[in-house]
Amino acid sequence: MQSTGAARRSERATSVPDNSANTPKIRVASHIATRRDVLCSAAAAAAFLGGLSQFQMFGGPAGAADQHARSPAFELAYRRLLGDAEPLADGTVTLELPDIPENGNTVPFRIEVSSPMTAESSIKTVYLLSTGNPQPMVGAFHFTALSGRAAVAGRMRLARSQDVVALAERSDGKFLVAMRQVDVTIGGCGN
Amino acid sequence: MTAPAKPRIKLPEQAKTGDVVEIKALIQHVMETGNRKDPDGKPIPRSIIHTFRATFEGALVFSADWGSGISANPYIAFYFKVPGPGAFEFTWIDDTGLTVTEKTPLVIS
Repeated sequence: MQSTGAARRSERATSVPDNSANTPKIRVASHIATRRDVLCSAAAAAAFLGGLSQFQMFGGPAGAADQHARSPAFELAYRRLLGDAEPLADGTVTLELPDIPENGNTVPFRIEVSSPMTAESSIKTVYLLSTGNPQPMVGAFHFTALSGRAAVAGRMRLARSQDVVALAERSDGKFLVAMRQVDVTIGGCGN
Repeated sequence: MTAPAKPRIKLPEQAKTGDVVEIKALIQHVMETGNRKDPDGKPIPRSIIHTFRATFEGALVFSADWGSGISANPYIAFYFKVPGPGAFEFTWIDDTGLTVTEKTPLVIS
């Protein structure tokens, strides 16, 4: 596509010295039409690719699950926190991460848990876990009566495309969970 | 280890008692993961800040245990329910035992 564009441009450039009144206009018009075609097809391709990655992200083919296999170290850390219990995925935990971070060395994250944060009910700790890094426990963030809001933000490393899991421990001992799939192009964690 | 640069703290310019405000803190640190190797193939030992703490007038507000999955020059943002006037103390502790503390007063309007 690019070579076609370049050819068109050079064609137009050579046509500039031409003194005929009509020719440049026609040439310019055809040039614009070509560019528009190129842009349209590029947009269509982008839309197709975008749709494809979304499809893979939300319950796509079985291959996608294999791609983001959870490391044994993650399973161990996850079970160490939870024991036999299963966390509630009731939407109270929000985990914000870019879908496709440019650089796995520094990926901004934000975790917020909706909680009254009173003496009766509060969030004690939020754990940030990676399913694909060499060390699964990225961070543990502890809140107190002075916190006011169970929210934390920072920057994490992602060694490869993977699921990131946020586990929140409530004052009654129950765990809440949120998960996000992240596609990393350049991995972090010193590979 | 070289002397760390002064950490950067961002508090609201002023706050009222009872407000919930966002606190941001940034410190320079390599956060060496321990997973990398030097050009000779020898592993580079882990060297990270493993603990961050924020207290207000001696009372713990927020703390974090960090692993090697935290990026270099770690940034952290959290919330604080203002109980009244006072000062924050932020503490970072790294694998070499180096401890950096920074005191910052909170301006009450």
